[in-house]
Amino acid sequence: MTKNKIFWGTVAPLAAILSSLVFVYIILSLRGVDPIEMFKLMVSYGFDPRNLVSEVNQTVAYYMAGVAAAIGFKMLLFNIGIDGQYRMGAFFGAVVGAAVSLPPVLHVLLIIITSMLAGGLWAAIAGYLKVKRGVSEVISNIMLNFIAAAIIAFLLGEKLLGILPEGSQNVQTRPIPASGQMPTIKIFEGEVYSFLFVAIFVGIAYWVMLNKTVFGFNLKATGLSFRAARSSGVNAPGMIFITTVLSGAIAGLVGMGTLLSDTHSYSMAFPSGFAFTGLSLALLGRNHPVGIFFAAFLWSFLERSAPVLEFEGVPPEIVIVMQGTIVLSIVIAYEVVARINLRQQQRAVGKVNVEALSEKESK
Amino acid sequence: MATKLKSLFKSPARIAIFVAGLFLIISLVESLTGATDISSPGTSGATLRFAIPLLMAGLGGLWAERAGVINIGLEGMMIVGTWTGAWFGYLHGPLMGFVAAAIFGLASGFFHAILTVKIGIDQAVSGLAINLIAAGGARYLSGIFFPPVGGDRTVSPPADSFPTFTIPGIAPFLESIDAKNIFFISNLAGVLHGLTKDISLVTVAFLLLVPITSWILWRSKFGLRMRFSGENPMAAESLGINVYRIRYIAVSVSGMFASLGGAYLALVASSVYREGQTAGRGFIGLATVIFGNWRPGGVFAGSILFGFTDALRVRQNESVMSLIVVGGIVAFVLALFYSISRRWKPAAISAVIALVTFWIHQSIDAIPQEFVTAFPYFATLIVLTYLAQRLTPPAMAGMPYRRGSE
Repeated sequence: MTKNKIFWGTVAPLAAILSSLVFVYIILSLRGVDPIEMFKLMVSYGFDPRNLVSEVNQTVAYYMAGVAAAIGFKMLLFNIGIDGQYRMGAFFGAVVGAAVSLPPVLHVLLIIITSMLAGGLWAAIAGYLKVKRGVSEVISNIMLNFIAAAIIAFLLGEKLLGILPEGSQNVQTRPIPASGQMPTIKIFEGEVYSFLFVAIFVGIAYWVMLNKTVFGFNLKATGLSFRAARSSGVNAPGMIFITTVLSGAIAGLVGMGTLLSDTHSYSMAFPSGFAFTGLSLALLGRNHPVGIFFAAFLWSFLERSAPVLEFEGVPPEIVIVMQGTIVLSIVIAYEVVARINLRQQQRAVGKVNVEALSEKESK
Repeated sequence: MATKLKSLFKSPARIAIFVAGLFLIISLVESLTGATDISSPGTSGATLRFAIPLLMAGLGGLWAERAGVINIGLEGMMIVGTWTGAWFGYLHGPLMGFVAAAIFGLASGFFHAILTVKIGIDQAVSGLAINLIAAGGARYLSGIFFPPVGGDRTVSPPADSFPTFTIPGIAPFLESIDAKNIFFISNLAGVLHGLTKDISLVTVAFLLLVPITSWILWRSKFGLRMRFSGENPMAAESLGINVYRIRYIAVSVSGMFASLGGAYLALVASSVYREGQTAGRGFIGLATVIFGNWRPGGVFAGSILFGFTDALRVRQNESVMSLIVVGGIVAFVLALFYSISRRWKPAAISAVIALVTFWIHQSIDAIPQEFVTAFPYFATLIVLTYLAQRLTPPAMAGMPYRRGSE
């Protein structure tokens, strides 16, 4: 049974990636270019050491979003609010980090905790609405994403928390002093964020929490069956609320690598769209910490190697289409596999029943 | 407060009285502050232009959700409409633009239906993936098809504009009254003037979809089956209704409506496709469905309200400020109303809201643009928070349904 599970768990994502490759192959052929040549170009460009470094950094951010989404998925929560939670986290982390002066390690720690708090509290709104008011977290989070963006755009105004550095068009928060910055690791003429290690730690903590603690057991139980968990004494609504907050807290870490090791301030140039990326990665990686890592790397690889297509007259946005089709293929694959499994189980049960029946008759 | 408000809105006559009262206050504020933009024909015309895309997205969301499928892909389907509308409008004229948008929108809705109804994947995942693919696909296709304008391929070549008409006799008459500056009457004439001049036939046709949808939902056999599929698909199936087919049709229509709303953006509200043109309007459409309590009339009201804030965003700031005064006065009147009926708690809340509003008006000179932008989302969240018990969404909207399952 477990062997079967692992088999399908790896085959389904690979099949999804393959089928979207076929899809892109067809689109590229229609464009009149040689698809294989394009794929080769992307691979050689994407595995160029300097690009590899920026891919790793991007992977770290995506990984946090993926883990945040996976925590939600374990509870059957669809945390589409990762975008707003990440913004809140990065913004307030930057503001608090710039406002205080502390010894080096403590300073960084304070920023990280602030970000987790900001992300968690923002997610708590959706959690509260879900548990107390029965509002679907999908709807409330979509609204909260836009509201978060508006609040931050407002607070970034020059009269409030933002400054306009000389020669720049982008308003940003005050820079975080050196004590609140994280070092980078220099490899291949590039700089890898040391936040990478925090991400690895979060991945391990996520796995331990889920598989080795009572809390994780309760979480999974509530996700599998709200009623069963509740009647066996788990505070199921409470679990939903806490899980939402936890997911938001991790989402608050998405922008940390960039903030602590690169820009040292928050600006409107911080990218958006992490919510759907996070959810896609959790789906593709089957909520497993290692799976999510591979998915996150695939995503950043695709994005960083796409610009090379521009020189061949292919708009690089083809990669976005490819990501979308990967996600669709993967959920379709899971759905099909689930149905096959169900049928197999039904058949097995039916077989046992028939045998039992025939035994009875022969007696 | 909610109960009172609900009873206030019970009959059309009362709504009329309420609207008239609100309008009286607006006229009063305008004559006091000298800001005349709220009731100017420009504002009402712009409100209508901004409301139509939201209305179409909202009606699209309504069709899908009434049949039991949540359509988060509205934004992507609107993008499909803006792109195909603008491109085919440029090639073959605006009418063909709308036809193409309808066809491709229908196809995108059908795609969502295949994924969610036939294959049965999560409706939110499907919708979000459609948003992503539509956004990426539109940019990809722009890069290939659009002639570059100064190295920029994010804007389509302009299509011919759709013919507009001004209602003869009435519009000039209203304009003359508007010019006379009579209290209340001129203000009313100003608003109506904006709604009667330079209107596009498309606007009228799309507005007609509100009563048509309403009729289909509550008067036709198909509408009954559609609502049944959204409320209780198992029971519907047991009575011989083909839930799958109903959902296929409803979700396809949903995509078509959203796409037509997008085409309206590209062909009537402007004359080009521009990247990011939809700007979250699909999600606002989703919000109007909730705001309008899953009813066509409600969706219409919601889209007018959100279209109004959208219109204000691009107009003068002083009108936003005078709107705040209007809000304060409304809260004050409510406070009086509640004190008379001896309901002290809501009276106190309204009084506090009134005071805060006046304080805001006195202490700042401009409302941040960002808050005006986020207003629809904020309003919907408030409705969800405080009126969630009064909302009547289709019971099974968003739930996966397999034929023969329990």
